[in-house]
Amino acid sequence: MDGVIGFIQDLGPNLQLVLERMPMILDGVFITLLASVLGAALALFIAFAFGLALLAKNVLVRGVARVFVEFFRGTSLVVQLFWLAFVLPQLPYPLGFQLDPLLVGVLALGLNYGAYAAEVVRGSIGSVPTGQYEAISALSLSPARGMFRIVIPQAWALMLPSLSNLWIQLLKGSAIVGTVTLYDLFFQVEQLRDRTGTWFAYSFALLAYYLIAWLIVILMNGLEIRAKHQIGRGPALKDSWRSLFRAPGSTPGGGRSARVVRDRSVAKAGTAGEGGLA
Amino acid sequence: MNPNSSWWDWDHAAAVLPSLLLDGFKITVLATVLGTLIALVLGLIVAIIRRSSPPLINAPVTWVVEFIRMTPLVVQLVFANLVLSQYINSTLAIGICVLGVHYTTYMAEVYRAGIDSVPTGQWEAATALSLPRVRTWRAVVIPQAIRNTLPALGNYAISMFKETPFFVVIYIPELVRVAQNYGSHNFRYTEAITLAGLIFLAASYPTSLLIRRLEKKLA
Repeated sequence: MDGVIGFIQDLGPNLQLVLERMPMILDGVFITLLASVLGAALALFIAFAFGLALLAKNVLVRGVARVFVEFFRGTSLVVQLFWLAFVLPQLPYPLGFQLDPLLVGVLALGLNYGAYAAEVVRGSIGSVPTGQYEAISALSLSPARGMFRIVIPQAWALMLPSLSNLWIQLLKGSAIVGTVTLYDLFFQVEQLRDRTGTWFAYSFALLAYYLIAWLIVILMNGLEIRAKHQIGRGPALKDSWRSLFRAPGSTPGGGRSARVVRDRSVAKAGTAGEGGLA
Repeated sequence: MNPNSSWWDWDHAAAVLPSLLLDGFKITVLATVLGTLIALVLGLIVAIIRRSSPPLINAPVTWVVEFIRMTPLVVQLVFANLVLSQYINSTLAIGICVLGVHYTTYMAEVYRAGIDSVPTGQWEAATALSLPRVRTWRAVVIPQAIRNTLPALGNYAISMFKETPFFVVIYIPELVRVAQNYGSHNFRYTEAITLAGLIFLAASYPTSLLIRRLEKKLA
């Protein structure tokens, strides 16, 4: 309890200290943003490459993609991070090199969450109705053109809520990169602790991550509204800007509850497993 | 870079494997099981509160749930450990509680979706039969809601299992921490970390296959 009282009493001086240390904190914010944006970009690339490979007709392609996805989903983010940071430098030539900590963080985050996202991409593309595929051949579009002009735009609108959740997961996961000497937001805020006390420093850290997570939510909500509008299933962004601030999973008909309904149809199509993180 | 290094050394593998399985994995499984139990129970309670309480209670509960869900488990672990270690002697217990509470916020969403998917007719039938409120929940709504949510809950349990390595930040000797300790004591990480990863894969992949089967069966 005294922690909370101290928190309130020292709020003024502590905020002043935060201002003093702002350059370091901003360094940390920058690293956290950089790791989560680059990690998400890598994850998105992996998601589409392997998500499409998971749907390939060729058994070999599908098999390789399946092994990759299960491997990176199954072996845990922290293990992958430590492997890149500690094991890779100890391997013999031609490996045996020390990666930059930022690269270690981005690779581990991108590979791990990319594998989860590949499953989302696969599930969403798989749940585009068959009629749409029939339309592609009826219009005699080439399969590639049909994929990029008909299927993916619809699947994109479906997958955005799940990708949004995964991106927040990735942001949260990025707080571990301090253990491989990447000095992110969490690391920098922890340095405040001996001057400000535990309650202030960690509340500040949580709040900072919360705000960054909201930036991601707003951005992804915007993309989702736009994607739905473009396939004629929703109002334009300028008419529905209020739903930019919709919390993930707080409205019936949006976010998570809709996701569970969709998951069930995904499961019925024989492409289960998108639901949770596992 | 390392002239003496080799790809794989079975002596190191044999030396580290017993402690990985008997010490590390034991704690990892314990944390997963207890954390899951906490999240299953608290998640249901939170979901029921959010469904059946007035806005004055609902709004703050919703906000707290959202805040916990959108902030890193790692920060929560270190924070809770620093604050609670003067009252609770066991770091493991603190870690398990934080993990359980963090996943409560996920499982509450799953339960909520499950409760929403129970047809309105079922609520109306309960009212028509003038069942008491508690009995409506216990005998009508929850059994139907939970059936739909089992796969999603199972997926979160697996996901929790794979997030127990975040415990390294508060030095709980779970699987990855044991592997890391071996690595730093022997200046040799390859076998310990690789085996830790393979143990995670060997435990989580079959479980996720089981859940996928359950999902198909219930669909």
